[in-house]
Amino acid sequence: MLIKTEQITKTYSLGKTCVRALDGVDLEIDRGEYVALMGPSGSGKSTLMHILGCLDTPDSGRYLFNGEDTARLNDLQLARLRNRAFGFVFQNFSLLPRLSALANVQLPLLYAGISRSQRIRRARELLNLVGLAERMHHRPNELSGGEMQRVAIARALANNPTVILADEPTGNLDSKTGAEIMHLFDQLATKGNTIILVTHDQAIAEHARRIIRLRDGRIVQE
Amino acid sequence: MSFWELIKLALGTFHTNRLRSFLTVLGIIIGVMTVIAIISLIQGMNYEVERQIASLGSNVIYLQKVSWGMGRIDWEEITKRPDLTLDDARAIARLPLVENVAPLRARTINRVNYRNRKVTGLEMFGATPAYATIANYRLATGRFISSEDSLRKHYVCVVGAYIIDNLFPDEDPLGKKLNIEGKTFTIVGTLERKGSFLGQTQDNVIGIPLSTFEKSFAPKSGFGELAHSLSIAIVPKKGVPLERVLDQIRELMRRRHGLGYDRPDDFGINTQETLREIYRNITRVAFIVMIAVAAISLLVGGIGIMNIMLVAVAERTREIGLRKALGATTRDILYQFLLESVLLALAGGALGITLGLSIAKIVELTVHLRAAAPLWTILLGFGFSATVGIFFGIYPASRAARLDPIQALRYE
Repeated sequence: MLIKTEQITKTYSLGKTCVRALDGVDLEIDRGEYVALMGPSGSGKSTLMHILGCLDTPDSGRYLFNGEDTARLNDLQLARLRNRAFGFVFQNFSLLPRLSALANVQLPLLYAGISRSQRIRRARELLNLVGLAERMHHRPNELSGGEMQRVAIARALANNPTVILADEPTGNLDSKTGAEIMHLFDQLATKGNTIILVTHDQAIAEHARRIIRLRDGRIVQE
Repeated sequence: MSFWELIKLALGTFHTNRLRSFLTVLGIIIGVMTVIAIISLIQGMNYEVERQIASLGSNVIYLQKVSWGMGRIDWEEITKRPDLTLDDARAIARLPLVENVAPLRARTINRVNYRNRKVTGLEMFGATPAYATIANYRLATGRFISSEDSLRKHYVCVVGAYIIDNLFPDEDPLGKKLNIEGKTFTIVGTLERKGSFLGQTQDNVIGIPLSTFEKSFAPKSGFGELAHSLSIAIVPKKGVPLERVLDQIRELMRRRHGLGYDRPDDFGINTQETLREIYRNITRVAFIVMIAVAAISLLVGGIGIMNIMLVAVAERTREIGLRKALGATTRDILYQFLLESVLLALAGGALGITLGLSIAKIVELTVHLRAAAPLWTILLGFGFSATVGIFFGIYPASRAARLDPIQALRYE
């Protein structure tokens, strides 16, 4: 099993009130699955994604990635995991504004210690794949929302990650552009990539082959 | 992530925040500028002063009523000291280790006239013929004061180039008569030009026979008397250790003044070394002041850098989170921000070095002081700024590096 969580809980304190974002989540996702984590806002779906992507740690419970307990990993190993095993696509695109599309795609390759010439070759390849070959020298402010999200997807794919984690990837896009982006995810899934989508939108979730519904930090329906 | 990649990253940040980066490093610029300017001026001054001290005549010992630069001066004790006399000079001349002796007196002269022309601010000495060789005076034309002049108290003088420039721009000065404070002197020789020191001419001298000096410019009492009292310039025999000559002179003078073994010297024996010592004391003070100024401005500059780096970390919290999500390690982020502050400080240092050298150059051109900036001062400037960059950059950088990726990503 690629991803396995055992009774994961996570609590946030927002001022004086405590919010229980995750309340005992058991989840198993296998290699090659195309999964949607669905739920209304505040259901804990984003928190779950952050924990699965090793951006955050659970308060209790265990998270096994590839059979290894992530709680046992040190800072460096976690950084390496985020770099090589996961590819993140965020709702707000999260591109560095000072860098061109090409340079943004290169970031994970840079932290993987790949040489400049190889980085550029790989980044061009990826921008080609997402259909942005023409605009690779543009900066984010010169790109449309859909184009920015394509750059973000290209970046997520840079180190051939084991899992692609996408948090509301169409949330800031109009429906036509959103559909194009979802088409890209569908293609990646057909090629055998493991994809975990976080969304509150039933139509988006239906692209996935498996839908996990969350409510108040629990899985309510598979 | 390679070092070069980190550098490019940092440079990109400065480029987008040019004015802010400049203001941040102003403290460092000023600190390094001060250090570089002062060091190169002191270096130039060292060179000049050494040249001056050497020009006093190598190995010349000056026996005077007071020691040069003797710390706290006890005027009461000094005024009770016996005057040095020509007899003292003669006795010293008879010492076995002494080659040559020249007694002399000196004072400033406010005004010298020639017909309707005048020149002010002069130094006059009264000396014997031996003084020319001892003080390294070379004649341009004519002759120096002769023994005949001394014996007969002639009203003759030798004059420096400054006086000739002012009184005889297009005449031969030899044989002309000068009016020195109401007395008439005939010019018998002109001195070779010595040039200026710290923008001050050294050619504003008039030399007359010592005997004439004593007759016409009799020492006044009090402080004036002290300033005009007799000095004895002494040249030791060649190859004799200076210490032994000094001992011999001291012993002789103590005997002549009848000093018991428990009484301190009531005269001063001064050498070039005494002057060097005084000069070293002065520059030591300058160095301490410089270090204080530099330390304060580097501290201020460092705090400026720390402040702006903390702002940068706060501003770029999202960027840090994103970089961590994409695989940046704690160390990658630490180095990124540390290198930014170091490069910022180094850029300030480079600017400070440039400005410091320019200031030294300007001073050199206006005061004719040879400024010298050896390579080590430049390395020192860079070393200082890099240290400041590291020292004040480490805290903001480690704060950035310790940020939790998810907290940083959520930050708005």
